[in-house]
Amino acid sequence: MELFKSIVNWCSQPAIYISLCTVGFVLLISRYRVLSRPSVLWGLAVGIALFFIVGAQDEDFLKIITKGDNMPIVIMIFAILATLGMALRQAAVNDMRLERGLPPTEAEDRGKVLVWPDLVYSEFICTILLSALFIAWSVAVEAPMEEPASGTRAPNPAKAPWYFLGLQEMLVYFDPWLAGVVFPGLIVVGLMVIPYIDTNPKGNGYYTLKERKFAISMFLFGFLVLWVALVILGTFLRGPNWNFFAPFDYWDPHKIEPLVNINLSELVWVKWIGTKLPDNILIREAPGIVIILAYFAITPALLAMKGMKRFYEEMGFARYSILVMLLLCMAALPIKMLLRWFINLKYLVAIPEWFFNI
Amino acid sequence: MATTEASQRAADDRNPDRRLSRRGFLLAGWGLFILAAHVGLLGMVRFLFPNVLFEPPMSFKAGLPGDFAMGVDERFKDSHSTWIVRSASDPLSGRSGIEGIFALSTTCTHLGCIPNYLAADRKFKCPCHGSGFRESGMNFEGPAPRPLERWRVAIAEDGQVLVDKNQKYQWEKGQWIAPEAFLTA
Repeated sequence: MELFKSIVNWCSQPAIYISLCTVGFVLLISRYRVLSRPSVLWGLAVGIALFFIVGAQDEDFLKIITKGDNMPIVIMIFAILATLGMALRQAAVNDMRLERGLPPTEAEDRGKVLVWPDLVYSEFICTILLSALFIAWSVAVEAPMEEPASGTRAPNPAKAPWYFLGLQEMLVYFDPWLAGVVFPGLIVVGLMVIPYIDTNPKGNGYYTLKERKFAISMFLFGFLVLWVALVILGTFLRGPNWNFFAPFDYWDPHKIEPLVNINLSELVWVKWIGTKLPDNILIREAPGIVIILAYFAITPALLAMKGMKRFYEEMGFARYSILVMLLLCMAALPIKMLLRWFINLKYLVAIPEWFFNI
Repeated sequence: MATTEASQRAADDRNPDRRLSRRGFLLAGWGLFILAAHVGLLGMVRFLFPNVLFEPPMSFKAGLPGDFAMGVDERFKDSHSTWIVRSASDPLSGRSGIEGIFALSTTCTHLGCIPNYLAADRKFKCPCHGSGFRESGMNFEGPAPRPLERWRVAIAEDGQVLVDKNQKYQWEKGQWIAPEAFLTA
């Protein structure tokens, strides 16, 4: 038990947690045919359930998973496994059929049902069952009320609604104008732009992964690793004072975590060159500005020459640029997280005078 | 009666000068609509200036300078959103080796939550995104891009410490060296 706890606690360190999620994601995309087998999916579900049951023997962990606010996250983990598993299963079956020269299952009439009465009946029954479930749930579990609201005291930790915990985690690494305005805006705009940059007609009306590997894996990376995984992290691993706590740690509000963040400008001028910060703001922040400009100007060109050459040739300049910009913005989040965790980097460009920090 | 009215209307319709044109009708209609919408907007603007404000005054007297021991005084956090700090030395405001008092805003400079003072760690720690500030107000951990703001502190006529929140001093603008950002007392 102690060994189990220490292994889980070790895996829950933020950098290792996100790395494990990424490795799991890569496995999911590359081995989806095996992973989406019903036996494997059931095994995963039972494994996760066992993890929660064994973990619940620990008082602190039990308190976290049974908190009214956190129950939806426990449910969400299973719901994602179920929906993702079903979609990948269907994709795996279709991809195998396509390889053998057969049409996808959806192209045959097999399994087609009528909206009325089949679908409407199922929906009706689901509505009744879910209503009953929610009523029972709301009676059985006390609403997670907190102390009366006050303009001078914030609850500790002050957590956003669970579905916004990914956004709140993003705010730890970026200035509010970026993590609260630009990136959420880009998520919405980016999702709207998908039909215009993804003109691949394959997969229209049937599930497939093989024929749309890039599109699906990019979307799922943003959804699974950068949203769902961060919601889980925000729910289970963030405790008082917004410090990291492993699942089997006691949430000690006096936990001391020595973190002294440093801006890139201080790192370059003070630590490496050994002078004091230049007075001119733009010269002071030049290293960060150069890095940001290079990231957004040179990376797309490099990718167009190697790695994503096919995309550039097929999509044309405008579509390719939009795609790469969106991908680079998405990649900026894990990059910034790793920089914060490993070298305590606060901001690449830090101009508090203009309220401009990246 | 009805016939005269109808014939009158028919006469109006025939007379192009007295007939309201389609364009005129639309202009009048939209004009009235926009006017009404703007009057409604004025009502909204009026909400920004309430008759009575249930807020503590922007400046307050906090007691005699001698009442403040070394360190952070949390008595005015709830009532006036202010921490009053006595420090033996405050190099950040250019007062090395000079003892005195300054007043810190309790609003986190990241997204405006209210940090907690952790006496054991001698720091302010925000529960929302984990920003940390030293007792001087300097930001050193988490995402907060700039230090806590300081208020004007002065001695009132009766010898009490007067905190004036109408005047704020921001470190990143080099304002902490201002004479009234730090009270030598």
